[in-house]
Amino acid sequence: MDDDFTSGKRRDVLKCMAWAGTGALFSVGAGIPTSLGLDAALAAAPKTAGFQFVQVSDSHIGFAKAANPDARATFELAVAKIAALPRKPDFIIHTGDVSQLSREQEFDDAQQILGTLGIPVFYIPGEHDMIDPEGGKAFLDRFGKNTRGSGWYSFDFGGVHFVALVNVADLKPGGMGNLGQDQLAWLKADLAGLASSMPIVVFAHIPLWTVYAEWGWGTDDSEQALRLLRRFGSVTVLNGHIHQIAQKVEGHMTFHTARSTAFPQPVPGTAPSPGPLTVPAAQLHAMLGIRSAAFVRGHDRIALIDSTLAT
Amino acid sequence: MRLSLHMLTVSTAILLTAGITAAIAPSASAASPAQAETLVHIANFTFQRPVLPVSRGTTVIWVNDDDVPHTVVARDGSFKSHVLDTGDRFSFTFAKAGQFDYYCSLHPHMNGRVVVGA
Repeated sequence: MDDDFTSGKRRDVLKCMAWAGTGALFSVGAGIPTSLGLDAALAAAPKTAGFQFVQVSDSHIGFAKAANPDARATFELAVAKIAALPRKPDFIIHTGDVSQLSREQEFDDAQQILGTLGIPVFYIPGEHDMIDPEGGKAFLDRFGKNTRGSGWYSFDFGGVHFVALVNVADLKPGGMGNLGQDQLAWLKADLAGLASSMPIVVFAHIPLWTVYAEWGWGTDDSEQALRLLRRFGSVTVLNGHIHQIAQKVEGHMTFHTARSTAFPQPVPGTAPSPGPLTVPAAQLHAMLGIRSAAFVRGHDRIALIDSTLAT
Repeated sequence: MRLSLHMLTVSTAILLTAGITAAIAPSASAASPAQAETLVHIANFTFQRPVLPVSRGTTVIWVNDDDVPHTVVARDGSFKSHVLDTGDRFSFTFAKAGQFDYYCSLHPHMNGRVVVGA
């Protein structure tokens, strides 16, 4: 019985991945899975009962250097793209680096620009959001109401359990992203009461798998979190931080990083450092983007559609 | 007159090139010979002199040449910069001998060491 149930779940997940594949084509190059966003797939968005949300990431409001002289303008363009989606999303998640330097004005601008959509926004901090003199107070005062610790929380929506994790606080010398024991203990308790059939979406700024250790693109103690998540039939992990799409599938878990709305960063190992990648102005919008996600109730399905600001 | 104007222009240009303000610019001529200064550039997510031997009393000045902010934080808590945006500087005078390991708290894979001799 259990075995049948388990294999049934697996089939569902595989179907889900195949379906997601219509929106985000999985391919592997140089050991890093990548996806090709297809705007055309937007037209295939389900009309059946379910819900949609949009992931935006790494808006870096305040950034004004060669790689993008005006990160506010590109964020406004991203928000205009969300407003033009064929179906209004139920909510937005922002996977961190809202600001460039944790300044009140930067946070305020981001909030106002997203506020024009009139839909709820769930934020988690990136490392750029923790660098005010008080180490993240400005972000937490504005966006962290009803969160725990350095800003983590969870909520349920449409039969899906969403977990927002913070892996940019109290980073250890020589290390990468870090969740910490307090947050891991909270996560264990948070997941404890849930049926394994409940679809889970986890979001955090730095990838929860090691994309490229040399640039710190991973989370030192993510395995402890993933261990708690393995029993679930469908786990989708959404991250930012690396300003490009990378994907990985591991059992019932899929991992996806998103494009930035501010500037691209180099593909791992192709540059001396992960610093902002300056491309010709005409190419910039094609390297920035948003991600929409659609769930169909009863099918554990998630369709991720990455689209650029150029289209 | 011509000469002093010329010198003013040159010094202004140097300040601008270095991306620093007059208020925090170290003045080489004002420093006494005993108070040595040395510069560590932060570029490409790297402390450019990862192991820096200095004599006691040396002031180490870090300057961020990257397009992203960095910090300079001692592992033992003996010094900690505010966030350094492009062109910003942080300095610390090493009064005690010893080995001081530091890192960037935003990008903790960036590590450096100052070794202060007797």
